[in-house]
Amino acid sequence: MADDTIRSSHLGVRDLFGEALSGVLARPGRAALTAAGTVLGVAALVATLGLARTAGNQIVTRFDELAATDVEVESKAADGRVLAQLPWDAEERLTRLNGVRAAGTITEVNRNGALTSSVPINDPLASNEFDLTLFAVSPGAFDAVRATVGSGRIFDSALDDLPVAVLGPGAADDLRINRVSQQPAIFIGDETYVVIGILDNVERRPELLNAVMIPNGLARQLYSVASPASVQIDTDVGAAQLIGSQAALALSPNGPERLDVSVPAEAKAVKAKVEDDVNALFLLLGGVSLLVGALGIANVTLVSVLERVGEIGLRRAVGGARRHIAGQFLVESTMLGFLGGLLGASVGALVIVGVSVAKDWVPVLDPLIPLLAPLAGALVGLVSGVYPALRAASIEPITALRSGM
Amino acid sequence: MFPGSPPVEALRSVNLTVEAGEYVSIVGPSGSGKSTLLNILGLLDRPTDGTYVLDGIDSTELGEGKRCALRGSRIGFVFQSFHLLPHRSALDNVMLSMLYQRVSRTERRRRSIEALNRVGLGHRVDFSPTTLSGGERQRVAIARALVTGPTMLLGDEPTGNLDSATTEAILQLFDELHADGLTLLVITHDHEVSDRAQRTVRMLDGVLGAAPGSGATGG
Repeated sequence: MADDTIRSSHLGVRDLFGEALSGVLARPGRAALTAAGTVLGVAALVATLGLARTAGNQIVTRFDELAATDVEVESKAADGRVLAQLPWDAEERLTRLNGVRAAGTITEVNRNGALTSSVPINDPLASNEFDLTLFAVSPGAFDAVRATVGSGRIFDSALDDLPVAVLGPGAADDLRINRVSQQPAIFIGDETYVVIGILDNVERRPELLNAVMIPNGLARQLYSVASPASVQIDTDVGAAQLIGSQAALALSPNGPERLDVSVPAEAKAVKAKVEDDVNALFLLLGGVSLLVGALGIANVTLVSVLERVGEIGLRRAVGGARRHIAGQFLVESTMLGFLGGLLGASVGALVIVGVSVAKDWVPVLDPLIPLLAPLAGALVGLVSGVYPALRAASIEPITALRSGM
Repeated sequence: MFPGSPPVEALRSVNLTVEAGEYVSIVGPSGSGKSTLLNILGLLDRPTDGTYVLDGIDSTELGEGKRCALRGSRIGFVFQSFHLLPHRSALDNVMLSMLYQRVSRTERRRRSIEALNRVGLGHRVDFSPTTLSGGERQRVAIARALVTGPTMLLGDEPTGNLDSATTEAILQLFDELHADGLTLLVITHDHEVSDRAQRTVRMLDGVLGAAPGSGATGG
């Protein structure tokens, strides 16, 4: 009958948050101390993630794929004499090794000061002769330095004895040659070469950018080059260490120790690993502080529930249902966690900037982290509020009201 | 709890009818079952047996949610220790009474100021309870109980923490409210308080009986 006229108790969202906020602000000092644990935890997490990213960024710039696959072999020298001669067929020997993507010899040719020009006439009014370095390279060297061809083609073994040349982009600019369709010629001293290609870029051996490159066979005929000066190898990722040990044997079976093989330092990988370990340690530390923060919130919320039994009883007496009481305490602890997370994210970001300034690094932080941190704090607050909220909801109103608080 | 401990019967065959507009006091020594009666009258607990009809509604058949709502809207509580929230203003404390009912904020505010005026505290609206005297605090609590327009004002030792002069002022207010037609039910062991009621009911060992010298019967 009349029960239909009774409308169940109700607490609007705005009122719920208003009451919870008043509850938090009633003791601002305590709220600040309660949230401090979460602040520290979230700050530690944000700072760790940010610093890991920042430091990782530093390592990546030093330890990248290009450097990790770069192996160079030269002959050791003692008293100005080379101890071992690299073979002219180094390219064939090395490409047989599993893990070598490309290999080739690169040898600077002594041209006795001969200058390079693109016109046969020496015009005294215009400077058209240039002091360009001349390299004898084997065809595989272009791949080994990861050259990209801008125009024309590179030479292959069929052109080994022919007077052809490939120009680096800097050299081509100097000589004012920008395409090879007209088969332009260049002159080095008394020798004439047909330019068959112009490189666009090289990723290794930047000295090639400003140089003229000719085939090995031609260089041996014209300049009597005795042996290649260096071998450039491009390996598969992860194969550099192995190829480094095998290349010396392949190139100089009689005296591998007389060759100087430079491989990327494995130490860098070790360093990255160390950073990973440090990272894990700090994440663990952040997690532990967050846990401590959660326990702090749970503890203080529980204490405040016990302190506020009178209030809880009163709220029940004026029509509040158990769920309203539980809801209020949950929102209070969630607010504390959220505020802690917000503050912690700010502190963490400041730590990252501070460390970066001190170490002269570029601070890097995933923008999601400072956005997610307050949510993580709120989650911590929510979880740690569950038990106190249930305790609050289970308080019998009359016991609370008669307790004489 | 030890298994097999016998159930305690706090109240036995209580049969009490309070008419609308009546002013009834319940007296009795500690342990006589007053608390339990208050629990049931205040809809804070449910009797294991029997019925409690409030305003024509059989509350024993209601679910928890509706009992909460009924308690919030039809019963105004006044406690010995006031139970005001210390960090909120007098006005906020009175407004709290309507928090769990579907009353808009502006309406809550308007009615709360009205109730505070009614108990003579119109000039203390924004004061914190900690700065108010005991009598003023109890007036705020009474305003809080009145503001929902309850069917019954339920007092639990409402003057227990007050000196005699202040007690007199509060009892004066109760008399006025009674004269306005409000139903009052006051649990007390203070004769000064119980003597002001129209009718006094004595509670002893969980059994109700009419107190000597009172008008109507309650047994």
